[in-house]
Amino acid sequence: MNQQSGDTRTQEFLDYVQAGGQVETSDWMPDEYRSKLVKFIEMHGNSELMGVLPERDWILRAPTLQRKLALTAKIQDEVGHAQLIYRVVEDLGKPRSASLDDLVSGKSKFHNVFHYPTKTWGDVGVIAWLVDAAAIVSQKALLKCSYAPYARIMKKICWEESFHILHGRDVILALVTGTQEQFELVQEAVNRWWEPLMHFHGNPIPAEEDPMYIWRIKSQANEDARQEFLDGYVPQIRELGLTIPDPALAKDEETGIWSYTEPDWDKLREVVTGHGPASEERLQFRRLSREDVAWVEQAVLSEAA
Amino acid sequence: MTYEVFRQERKGQPLQHAGTVDAPDERFAEIYAREQYGRRQESVALWLVPREAVSEIEEFPDEFEMKYRRVDGYSIKARLREARERAGTLEAAPEAEQTE
Repeated sequence: MNQQSGDTRTQEFLDYVQAGGQVETSDWMPDEYRSKLVKFIEMHGNSELMGVLPERDWILRAPTLQRKLALTAKIQDEVGHAQLIYRVVEDLGKPRSASLDDLVSGKSKFHNVFHYPTKTWGDVGVIAWLVDAAAIVSQKALLKCSYAPYARIMKKICWEESFHILHGRDVILALVTGTQEQFELVQEAVNRWWEPLMHFHGNPIPAEEDPMYIWRIKSQANEDARQEFLDGYVPQIRELGLTIPDPALAKDEETGIWSYTEPDWDKLREVVTGHGPASEERLQFRRLSREDVAWVEQAVLSEAA
Repeated sequence: MTYEVFRQERKGQPLQHAGTVDAPDERFAEIYAREQYGRRQESVALWLVPREAVSEIEEFPDEFEMKYRRVDGYSIKARLREARERAGTLEAAPEAEQTE
């Protein structure tokens, strides 16, 4: 194929996805689209896998048996999401072992919120409630992703995430209706997590300049996602008597738009490139556990062979 | 090996493609599929099919334009109008059938 017809074909593909068209694994796709898909979906898989580590720290410390079971179930869900997502990446041409290699070597990324430590049980509640709420905003928008196999598994993922929000909200409600000390535990956790939450949906790059939007991998601009999160959850946080550590946070009743103190975007970049407070520790743990369980993979494969 | 997983949500409903699992053999595929698609009682049945066993057909050429197999192959409206005119029942016919 000559350059000219290649460009025409890419343009036709772009027109197709921008008009809402969806693509299957066996369909022709431009190389750039494929590599953008791999990068985006792989980061999502990495985040599901790394996201269980801060919660894993709390299985043994969870306050009741019921909470231990619920937390274990959430962790099982998230690892399951990672498996489903890495399968999608595999069908796009990158084997799971290569994704895991790039994760532990620091070549690929995972979401900012999983680079932070969990100091108290309050953090665990805030993660399950608010981090999962922020994630579900992005994931719901992915139901319309131009790559159909990814959009399809998102249905199951969103469904399970809604359980996590329920679990998180229940943890938070138990604490805010408890002692003064428990209430403060939640308030301190909200204070700690507010900045990462404001970073979560990314810098406010206009949709038309965002390559992930141009290819309709994402169906929503970063800022729209953040606005949706603020609109849904700021009232839910405030009605519990909790405060949000941003004096500039306010909704313009006429436009419906939330204003807030501009987050430090350089800091976000630093965190997601592996320089967050818990990045190295988490990656190190992932490396060790990969080595630890290598024999299981070998045993299973040799028995099946 | 990759297995395609189909799930049925309720009795009587079609089995729909749910996703895929990677497994070294059928026993493991069954365990993984149960965990991924059945642990919350969200399915009443699962089908596991090794990917190689799936034959896909994606092209449906109609070289002979067999319109008689399609709705647009029949011109009922024009013919009905002609028939009614002949029978002198055009005026009495219901409004909806005369439009278009």
